[in-house]
Amino acid sequence: MSRVLEVENLRVSFPSAGGERFLAVDGVSFTLDRGETLALVGESGCGKSVTSLALLRLVPSPGRIESGSAIRLGETDVLALQGEALRRIRGRRVGMIFQDPMTSLNPVFTVGDQIAEGVRAHFPVSRREARERSLRLLQEVGIPDPAARLDAYPHQLSGGMRQRVMIAIALSAEPEILVADEPTTALDVTVQAQILEVLDRLRASRGMAVLLITHDLGIVAGRADRVAVMYAGQIVEEAPTASLFARPSHPYTQGLFASVPRITGPVRRLTPISGSVPAPTAWPSGCRFRPRCPQAFARSEVMPPLLPVGPGHRMRCWLAEEPTAP
Amino acid sequence: MGRWLAHRLAQAAITFAVVVVLLFVLMRLAPGEPLSRLQDGRQMSPEEIAWLRAVYQLDQPIGTQFVAFLRGVGRGDLGSSIAYGVPVTTLIRSRLPATLLLGGSVILLNFTVGLWLGVRQAVRRGGVEDRWLGALSLAGYATPSFWLGLVLAWAVGVELRWLPTGGMSSPLLPADAGPVTRMLDVAAHLVLPALTLSIVTIAGTMRYQRSAMLEVLRLPYIVTARAKGVPEEAVTWRHAWRNALFPVVTLFGLWLPVLVTGSVFVEAVFAWPGLGSLAAGAVGGRDYPLLMGTSLLAAGLVIAANVLTDIAYSVLDPRVRYS
Amino acid sequence: MSPSGALLRAAWGDPRGRAGALVLAAIAAVAVVGPALLPDPALQFDPVNGANLPPGPAHWLGTDALGRDLLSRVVSGARVSLAVAVIAVALSVSVGAAVGLVSGYLGGAADAALMRLVDGALAIPRLFLLLLVLAAAERLALPVLILLIGTTGWFATARLVRGEVLRLREETYVRAAEALGAARRRVIFRHLLPNTLGPLLVAATLGVGDVILLEAGLSFLGLGVQPPTPSWGGMILDAKPVLVQAPWAGIFPGLAIVATVLAANLFGDALRDAVDPRSA
Repeated sequence: MSRVLEVENLRVSFPSAGGERFLAVDGVSFTLDRGETLALVGESGCGKSVTSLALLRLVPSPGRIESGSAIRLGETDVLALQGEALRRIRGRRVGMIFQDPMTSLNPVFTVGDQIAEGVRAHFPVSRREARERSLRLLQEVGIPDPAARLDAYPHQLSGGMRQRVMIAIALSAEPEILVADEPTTALDVTVQAQILEVLDRLRASRGMAVLLITHDLGIVAGRADRVAVMYAGQIVEEAPTASLFARPSHPYTQGLFASVPRITGPVRRLTPISGSVPAPTAWPSGCRFRPRCPQAFARSEVMPPLLPVGPGHRMRCWLAEEPTAP
Repeated sequence: MGRWLAHRLAQAAITFAVVVVLLFVLMRLAPGEPLSRLQDGRQMSPEEIAWLRAVYQLDQPIGTQFVAFLRGVGRGDLGSSIAYGVPVTTLIRSRLPATLLLGGSVILLNFTVGLWLGVRQAVRRGGVEDRWLGALSLAGYATPSFWLGLVLAWAVGVELRWLPTGGMSSPLLPADAGPVTRMLDVAAHLVLPALTLSIVTIAGTMRYQRSAMLEVLRLPYIVTARAKGVPEEAVTWRHAWRNALFPVVTLFGLWLPVLVTGSVFVEAVFAWPGLGSLAAGAVGGRDYPLLMGTSLLAAGLVIAANVLTDIAYSVLDPRVRYS
Repeated sequence: MSPSGALLRAAWGDPRGRAGALVLAAIAAVAVVGPALLPDPALQFDPVNGANLPPGPAHWLGTDALGRDLLSRVVSGARVSLAVAVIAVALSVSVGAAVGLVSGYLGGAADAALMRLVDGALAIPRLFLLLLVLAAAERLALPVLILLIGTTGWFATARLVRGEVLRLREETYVRAAEALGAARRRVIFRHLLPNTLGPLLVAATLGVGDVILLEAGLSFLGLGVQPPTPSWGGMILDAKPVLVQAPWAGIFPGLAIVATVLAANLFGDALRDAVDPRSA
């Protein structure tokens, strides 16, 4: 297994209305190996999208990646890159797809133009060659009648087709990592499954690593190799998928599972997590889940580190050290 | 597209009809005897006045006058100027080139320099350059064109003696001067009026372009473009500006009245022999046919600009084109 | 707090808005109390010894071609220009709001007719409308000028308010009021009018700047405020023939216009951003 991505102590700050900066992402670390799928799970506002944008230094201004953070793509130190060198890794090393395929495609250019642009940004090929590659990419993502779709504008396609186009754009420079930020959230349920199937197939055929960012635990099972759960700018639990589903350990993760309906297993009452996610400007001291946590105790007033609870399974909770640990 | 265009043209025609009625009502319902100012200069006998009233059909009932006026407009006949004694259309035709030259230069400057500066401001949002350009353009917008014209004429024309400050050509030019000499002479005369009018109008273009760009720059497809490795220049111009152009195209229709108004003052200050100075001069002489003709032309231009804007919009935006 | 109160507060919180408001307030204060503290320019007619004096200790801004103190004239001009602008804008905004409310609320043929009229009127540049009516006026009294400027400026406001009304009519609370059988007048005054105040306030503030420029322009063409009443545009017209000997006579009234209009526009911009934060 070769390591394709290593994120260490990533911290991203934004200025508040008052001017002082707060951390939207606070010390996130994870790695991604070739051919692996890592799911980054959390509610909106937990910092997962900002984390994904930071990988290619796409955090919108006035957001800023704080010093002390490290992002390595293989041997490349992403945070040291400037200008042209930075542009060269965007799309080439990491391809990205986003939540809303309608607004993520430029309305005034044809689908073919937008894919070919990605090709030509990284390979010195003719227009014609770029167009042929675009056609093959449309085929690969399963668009029917791709030759005709090449000259279509985004608004002429359905949501599912648009998201397939987005995937084709993300693949246009043959990246080794695909970052999919809530790729199915804006789509109909039936289309969601199709898009996920395309992603699975591409990962297998291209041997890409996938960083799947979602709020939906339902699409993680059977798809991701590992899961990292984020809460309030931090990873609070990470584990191999099977281990996490078998034994969700962090009280927040347990809350997430308890609030998701299950088709199998005994009928039970859904219990939402009480309270709401605090704003990044108002994170509590100590464990950030403390005010909402049913199991908070004295030690929670000190911020816990990630502590082991099993093989490759860690959580940010002092309960891991308690004798009565779950 | 055909149906839409027909509908839009019909709308424009109705607006123009309303303009014609409005102008006629304003002109004829206003108190004051149009011919009284003609009397100021010389004595006129009652017979002379009666004759003039008959010539200008002021002795007819208002309904008849309106019908006659409509017929005239239909034929492209706007009557005769009271002060100049020649047909209004002839006067307008002789003054139109100067106004088109001045207005065209200003439009060109606005839609090149103005748009470019607005895009730069948006890309460097919140930076020093953005702030300075914003402040300067706001100051320009708050400046009366006639005053700026006078100050520039005084500073650049009189004190520095760099450029001519009046008229469209030099009366001292030798009769056998070649076409190049003549063109350079007109260009030199054009600089100050065009600069004045541009400074006071460019703020609107810049602000519009800036806010349109900012609106587009925060859209997800800009992130998509960056994420696939498109160079920043291409993100700005190809992806963002291309979309931020639609609202600016609309601006053209809104902005033409400002240009027409500004040209009245600037032409007056620099004695530029265009339609603006013609209109301003017509007020003192109560030259209603002339005022009417220039107002009608101004309104017609504004309406035409709005129609053209809508057409341009539909050509530029594939979403409009295909729906 | 009322919505407009919140808007004013937000505009005050914006540095541009605050600067604009402070400068406007200072100019208004000078316009109100200034003339009483300064010598009456009308009494200083001295074309022989006092004409075209440069700025100095006796006359801070110099004198004009008739020997009148420019500072006194600029200050008196502030009173005239501000009064014309404020009253004319109040007039046009009220008329525009009334027409827009009625047009938007009634809909149907009345609305269509009014809006065609507005379309037509907006196609004629306001200056040309004014040139037409001013050509008719025999001797232009100040109230007539204000009336004419005010009545040629309401068309855009009417369209704006109508648009707001059409939008608001679809809002649940207005529909609810109608469904409950509230009288039409009550719906207009209680529900629609208060919600259009924000855009109206913006239109009025920006309108003040426009009207100051318009009035100055008309006065410069000799069609606005008539001498001897001092107005900034008229002073520039007076200075035009002597600009070479006494440039200050033309420069200072112009600077007064720029400062006032800039302040009004800054405040208007801040208000607009408060009404619609996306435009910032």
